[in-house]
Amino acid sequence: MIEIRKLVKAFGSRAVLKGVDLKVSEGEFLTLVGPNGAGKTTLMNVISTLTKPTGGQVRIAGYDLADGAVQLRRQIGLVSHKTLLYDDLSAEQNLRFYARMYDVPNADDRIETVLRQVGLWGRQRDPVRTYSRGMQQRLAIARAMLHEPPILLLDEPDTGLDQHAAAMLSELLHQVGATRRTVLMTTHNLERGLELGDRVVILAGGRIAYQADKSDLDTKRFREVYYQYVDQ
Amino acid sequence: MSYIRKVYAIVAKDVAAELRTREMLSSMFVFSLLVILVFNFAFDLRAENQKTLAPGVLWVAIAFAGMLGLSRSFIMEKDRGSIEGLLLTPVDRSAIYLGKMLGNLLFIGVVVIIILPIFIVLFNLSAEHLPSLVGVVILGIIGFSGVGTLFSAMAVHTRAREVLLPILLFPVVIPVMLASVKLTAGVLDGVPFADVQNWFSLLVGFDLIFLALSFMLFDYVMEE
Repeated sequence: MIEIRKLVKAFGSRAVLKGVDLKVSEGEFLTLVGPNGAGKTTLMNVISTLTKPTGGQVRIAGYDLADGAVQLRRQIGLVSHKTLLYDDLSAEQNLRFYARMYDVPNADDRIETVLRQVGLWGRQRDPVRTYSRGMQQRLAIARAMLHEPPILLLDEPDTGLDQHAAAMLSELLHQVGATRRTVLMTTHNLERGLELGDRVVILAGGRIAYQADKSDLDTKRFREVYYQYVDQ
Repeated sequence: MSYIRKVYAIVAKDVAAELRTREMLSSMFVFSLLVILVFNFAFDLRAENQKTLAPGVLWVAIAFAGMLGLSRSFIMEKDRGSIEGLLLTPVDRSAIYLGKMLGNLLFIGVVVIIILPIFIVLFNLSAEHLPSLVGVVILGIIGFSGVGTLFSAMAVHTRAREVLLPILLFPVVIPVMLASVKLTAGVLDGVPFADVQNWFSLLVGFDLIFLALSFMLFDYVMEE
């Protein structure tokens, strides 16, 4: 579903991604962890077409990033630590705007469905700025799921959430996982990453430093490698 | 049709957000009104120099008010992170440019519609000039918002974006300002069209060339 070969991304002379090779199969939930500055967000930005790679090849859902970016964006839903929402608009107005941009059929029904899924039906006419951080993040998930993308990218979705909101988000992510979407999630929360992921990958210094399937995972070794890079 | 629907969706979203807060329109209107009032009181406007100064005053007011709107246009998207949401949608980047540009054009146009009658009254001008004046203003603000939207998108990635936008934009829109002022003066003086045709051609040519350039360059500008 996602195939990345020798991916390089440099900002000027500073290389952030230094030849990343990564494959995510259809229906797989992959957790990507790594210290700050490892290149996790840059990798997500490249996959989501927000940033063009300097070198290497990225193929997603059969589309090559180099010449199929517009079609590829339809296959992706992104939830990041930023909500990507318009604060002055209501939840309904936000979702209606995105429904138009993604050509979502039966938009009214779909908007109601996703708002009910994230527990915001009833507050749909309130401006987003009146929502708590947790509610905004739930709405961000609704926005990402609105066009039913086969691939979901979660870039540190629990940043800034309190424990209750993070637990709710985790529950929502469980539901997302249950629908067998392909999910790529970056997080600093090792416990949640290990709990949700089918496979875990450590990205450090712009390279894949460690990866293992959850079934074969030596948790002790995984933590050792992780803290070795974090402490550097 | 899908392309046009998406451009419309972006314009409608900007209008809906502005109608909720009215932050941008009110500040643009108050600022342009203040410019016209200050110039009106600051100059000793006798009958013979009113028509000489009026075109310049009008375009200073439009340019400064327009600058306020243009600088807010992408800053609001960037600060709230919604620009990334917009860039993630499956639409050609040129549609995003066109949507944002038409939104800016609409906001500047609304402010001009309100201040134009006030300008005519304060400068003792004849209302018969209004239709021609509207035509000149439309051509001028198309060029201004066309280039301004592109430069606003460029400046938003920088730290000193509020300062950088006028520094980048004003030198480039000098032809628009010159041609618009000359055409406005021509309308107010009632000179034949043939006498200002060169300025008209310059303004139309600038609008077409820079709209096409902005349309093509927007994708590169949005690359961080």
